[in-house]
Amino acid sequence: MIFGHAITAQQLFGQLLIGLINGSFYALLSLGLAVIFGMLNIVNFAHGALYMMGAFVAYFLLHELGLNYWWALIGSPLIVGAFGALVERTLLVRLRGLDPLYSLLLTFGLALVIEGLFQNYFGASGKPYAIPPQLAGAHNLGFMFLPNYRAWVIGFSGFVCFATWFLIEKTRVGAYLRAATENPTMTRAFGLNVPRMITLTYGFGVGLAALAGVLAAPINQVRPGMGADIIAVVFAVVVIGGMGSILGAIITGFTLGVVEGLTKVFYPEASNTVVFVIMAVVLLIKPAGLFGKVA
Amino acid sequence: MSANPIVTPAGALPRETRQFAVAFVVMLALIAVAPFVAYPFFVMQALCFALFACAFNLLIGYVGLLSLGHAMFLGAASYVCAHAAKVWGLDPVLAILAGVACSTILGFVAGALSIRSQGIYFAMITVALSQMIFFFCVEAPFTHGEDGIQGVPQGRALGLIDLSQPALLYVFVAVVFLFGFLTVYRAVNSPFGEILKAIRENEPRAISLGYRVQRYKLAAFVLSAALAGLAGATKAIVGQNASLTDVAFAMSGEVVLMTLLGGMGTLYGPVVGAIVVVSMQNYLAQYGQWVTVIQGGVFVACVLMFRRGIVGEIANALKWTSL
Amino acid sequence: MATAEAAAPTLVVSGLQAWYGESHVLHGVDFEVRPGEVVTLLGRNGAGKTTTLKAIMGIVGKRSGSVVFAGRETVGLSSDRIARLGMAICPEERAIFASLSVRENLLLPPRVAPGGLTLERIFALFPNLAERLASGGGKLSGGEQQMLAIARILRTGARFLMLDEPTEGLAPVIIRQIGQTIAELKREGFTILLVEQNFRFAATVSDRYYVMEHGRIGIGFGNSDLDANNMEKLHVRLGV
Repeated sequence: MIFGHAITAQQLFGQLLIGLINGSFYALLSLGLAVIFGMLNIVNFAHGALYMMGAFVAYFLLHELGLNYWWALIGSPLIVGAFGALVERTLLVRLRGLDPLYSLLLTFGLALVIEGLFQNYFGASGKPYAIPPQLAGAHNLGFMFLPNYRAWVIGFSGFVCFATWFLIEKTRVGAYLRAATENPTMTRAFGLNVPRMITLTYGFGVGLAALAGVLAAPINQVRPGMGADIIAVVFAVVVIGGMGSILGAIITGFTLGVVEGLTKVFYPEASNTVVFVIMAVVLLIKPAGLFGKVA
Repeated sequence: MSANPIVTPAGALPRETRQFAVAFVVMLALIAVAPFVAYPFFVMQALCFALFACAFNLLIGYVGLLSLGHAMFLGAASYVCAHAAKVWGLDPVLAILAGVACSTILGFVAGALSIRSQGIYFAMITVALSQMIFFFCVEAPFTHGEDGIQGVPQGRALGLIDLSQPALLYVFVAVVFLFGFLTVYRAVNSPFGEILKAIRENEPRAISLGYRVQRYKLAAFVLSAALAGLAGATKAIVGQNASLTDVAFAMSGEVVLMTLLGGMGTLYGPVVGAIVVVSMQNYLAQYGQWVTVIQGGVFVACVLMFRRGIVGEIANALKWTSL
Repeated sequence: MATAEAAAPTLVVSGLQAWYGESHVLHGVDFEVRPGEVVTLLGRNGAGKTTTLKAIMGIVGKRSGSVVFAGRETVGLSSDRIARLGMAICPEERAIFASLSVRENLLLPPRVAPGGLTLERIFALFPNLAERLASGGGKLSGGEQQMLAIARILRTGARFLMLDEPTEGLAPVIIRQIGQTIAELKREGFTILLVEQNFRFAATVSDRYYVMEHGRIGIGFGNSDLDANNMEKLHVRLGV
């Protein structure tokens, strides 16, 4: 008995699972935001809308082209990522020398356009997306039932986060990225095509958002509003973690998802706002964020 | 900026003040004429939003801080005012003051949390905080959730002026708007405003000169929140309701659009922008969700090609610096 | 073939002007560098020496005039394209990437031409670097950073190097090492444009000199012109 609620193991682990799922999405999305911010120094306000696009592209691939989930898992990030690269190349590049505020506003306006368009064509209600048959069903772990698809989401997200971290911190390509982030002028003076790297980085960050959307599609419904619903929490996650660190974004994302899940068990009324409250506390103690480097 | 000296021949006003006076008279004339040309209710709504935009612009145009959650001040004040007028039966002036008090306190709390963070963080924090307020408004019993507070009485201002009379209500709203507008003008054209400008242009320098930069920023933030609250509370009396739309994220986005379109960092820009956007919404209401798309499109176009905004372009063409 | 190359200068700068934002820093710089030479730009602080190097490399805000490198007009090219023509810069601030390890710093600049130094050669020139490969770039001492900054551009195959104040703030022992390195590179046929405040050091490696004043070239002279009388005038000009 905790706080007067009788809680079963099933409830606890059930919510923990949901918490980890949400944490996976928070981690993937804040990772994408951190990658984009590192290279471009802008906050991609369109991130939620692109996450939503990722889910819709998966839906479209299945219902119009008959391409199943596994195609969507690769195809959607590629398609939406390409769209992102196009946006960077044609629109964001024009704002590069200016106050970063303008780039922020551009992505903000872009989010409105994307969400408005999808709202128009698909209406506000959600479209179902089936769990792929290979991942249907569940395993009985004794203390709880673990649906296969949910285990997959957590595992695959963790893998993608780790792979991204590894790519950036441990590989040659990652070294190029880190150098261009730290000192783009000198990196370019060595002969590296920094503008192209910037475009590709934005596309990659967008692709991560789209991937999160595909993973989310069978769990939440595919709705035009799904990006707007999640973006505020993701921003709070990013503020808590701090923008400077890739690893920080991943850890904070997963952790806060779990915290949210646990709050839902012990103090359900606060579950909507617990992340924001934590953000407020972190801001008072460490404005740069828990892993942040720049205030 | 201006090559002319501040001190001009005895008796003449400085060039900037003359420009401002001309524009102000034009605006007064338009406000006086408007209710005869358009629906008074529509004009009153526009004035409330114009004040909201002026409040928002104080932060972005003069302090350089982009708040993407300003609806929280508009909406919170709106709810408190509506509740005060309807449930507590307060005089509309007191109800509005209650709303302003609420948004001021909220502004102080939100400001204290966010002011230490620079640009991008600041924007994200305002999003998160306003979402928190939104959730609160959805859950709190006194807001009645989806239904909102309806049937707010307009009452008698100061116990004398019957606001249910359209003409009197209009004058009341116009006075409130002008008060708010002139407050912004006064804040910007004062030693306080000069310091804000110095902070915006070179914060480290301002700090090294000994200014308590955070305090000035917080003061500007609180003032902005208070004026946004004033707009929200007045809007509640005019529209006789308070609803979730007033605290929704879309509202925060709209005020940014109004200011951007009208001209950031100009005094009249937000006013013009508000009128254009409100008119646009009325005209396009029949097209439903396309309004969002069009607004987003205008947004993107402004950021790419039209950064000075309407008033900014006019000021640039006329070489006037005080618009 | 060799005579033709010896005749045509590697770098010809004419009427080069440059701005940092509103500030007009270079007012028309003219000079040339011939293949295999070491040329030094001398001058007081603020004369525009660093800006000249940056303008040639294409990393200054705005520039106009003419910079012909290896027969190509480069004043309108972006810095990555200029680098790929075989030019490399070692900036005054060294610009070692703190978020990269020493090894990653060393391997970062891509090969722009065949004939870059092998890693073995580089470690022979700079033995300290071989020991510090795993360290973070930000953890190096001033001397080690300078060596790394020079080493990493040697790998690329660029044969025209611009070194901005390579001896600034370094201990005499390391300055000597750098001098030996530059002499070695000269023997191998590298062309080097040097910016130095330390005239004594420059005199040990340089063939010719230009003195810059207020964003322009003042005088130019060679080693043969250095007698006691001229040295006196030179010291006055340099404010030493």
